[in-house]
Amino acid sequence: MTELWQGLIKAIQLIVTFDPEVMEIAGRSLAIAATSCSIASLMCLPLGSLIHFSRFAGKRLLINLLQTLYSVPTVAIGLFVFVLFSRAGPIGGLGLVFTPIAIVIGQALLVTPIILGLTISALSGVDKAVTETAISLGASRFQAIILTIKEVRYAILTAVIMGFGRAISEVGISLMVGGNIKGFTRTITTAISLETSKGDIELSIALGIILILLAMIINFALNRLQQR
Amino acid sequence: MKKATRYLISIVILLAMLVSFIGCTTEEEPTQSKGSIPSGEELLQPMERLRVATTTSLYDTGLWGYLEPIFEERYGTELDVLYAGTGIALEYGRRGDVDVITVHSKSREEQFIAEGYGVERIPFAYNYFLIVGPESDPAGIKEMTPEDAFKKLADTGTGSFISRGDDSGTHGKEKAIWKGAGYDYEAIRQAEEWYIEAGRGMGPTLLMASEKQAYTLCDMGTFLAYKGKIDLVPIVDKGSILLNVYSAIACNPEKNPKVKYEMANNLVNFLTSPEIQKLIGNYGTKQYGVPLFIPCAGAEPQS
Repeated sequence: MTELWQGLIKAIQLIVTFDPEVMEIAGRSLAIAATSCSIASLMCLPLGSLIHFSRFAGKRLLINLLQTLYSVPTVAIGLFVFVLFSRAGPIGGLGLVFTPIAIVIGQALLVTPIILGLTISALSGVDKAVTETAISLGASRFQAIILTIKEVRYAILTAVIMGFGRAISEVGISLMVGGNIKGFTRTITTAISLETSKGDIELSIALGIILILLAMIINFALNRLQQR
Repeated sequence: MKKATRYLISIVILLAMLVSFIGCTTEEEPTQSKGSIPSGEELLQPMERLRVATTTSLYDTGLWGYLEPIFEERYGTELDVLYAGTGIALEYGRRGDVDVITVHSKSREEQFIAEGYGVERIPFAYNYFLIVGPESDPAGIKEMTPEDAFKKLADTGTGSFISRGDDSGTHGKEKAIWKGAGYDYEAIRQAEEWYIEAGRGMGPTLLMASEKQAYTLCDMGTFLAYKGKIDLVPIVDKGSILLNVYSAIACNPEKNPKVKYEMANNLVNFLTSPEIQKLIGNYGTKQYGVPLFIPCAGAEPQS
């Protein structure tokens, strides 16, 4: 128990003194997760609508596949992205391995199934009567689609929040593809991993508390937005 | 909706203030933390960066943390130090994902160069391995030769041994000692519970050995650096097989045109320059009482 208590005190210390290294990795975690989540959301909203509103063979299969990808292990994605972008790999020319961009790409891949799947789920929850009524009242097909999306905008926002949560808390991708380089690709999660393996439990607990606080603040803000 | 928008805007403003505040503070103290919150430009354009994959013992001793700012200031390039084991460092080198490797496994380094992935093997520092363990020495191997000590561990099975188990230079040395003692390594791996494969770096393995009060093979540098954190003592420290030589190898641009060969050579020259060799030789004396490394400027040390 004393370790937890000491960790809490250290966390407060680090936050109140704006410890530069902690601020840097916290900012980096935030920036990378926000970027990857935004990219994924921007892709998934139109894509999700497209999938939901179209009829094609294998639609059910695709949706099932997406749902199985919700729990894809982050190390697996990390390994995949590493092999893809390694200089010896197919997209190696960009030299993206061990850079924050590679982490962004990996995290975007991670959260896309979640945001896409939940968007489609949300849209399926809208009663068909809504679209049909809109059309019968003179709306074009496009306007009817927009109306349906608006109906579930809060559920879609939930999907984005979930994606963000998954992105900011993952370690596997950041470690494998980022390399935990001090001052360049070190995030809160990789720092916790490093400090624990070095035996600095107090610092790890402090970083963990800061990560949770960060996630809570973001969630709080997004929730307020959600509640109108 | 208006109330929520106000909340959101205030939080965004707070975050923006935080970012700019940190931006200001980090700019005033460039030596303290060189990385600030990545700007859009940083995220989009990888800057001039040299990547070195290092064996964990060089990192856990803090040597790289010490040399990194000196190199960066002198050559005006960002140095990215990757914490790897010798095995994975060599793999990164083969793939061209790093520009330089600093490792300590002579046979594998020579193979790396023979295969054309590295240009030249330049030893720059050395120290010795030790077998460390609990003070109580349950297996009674104190002051034996490394090979005899391993033999007793295997034969009696008293006292646990933590292996790095990660294909690192230290792991390679451990395998060499098992071979020297006349054992087939695979047979040892299948042994009973006394042989534990940690799969971690040197510092973390030491911590595990301390936790379990077990023996492990460790380089002198990391052991000294971790002394305050662990409850282990040197058990076996004499034997020619225990020589531990660190070398730097620049990755061959012929195999991977994208490696930054010129800057890589700068790093290798940096490590073997008289000034830095002196710093390496003195590293740790203030903190730990004895130097952690012995410089050897490009020449292979005799044990």
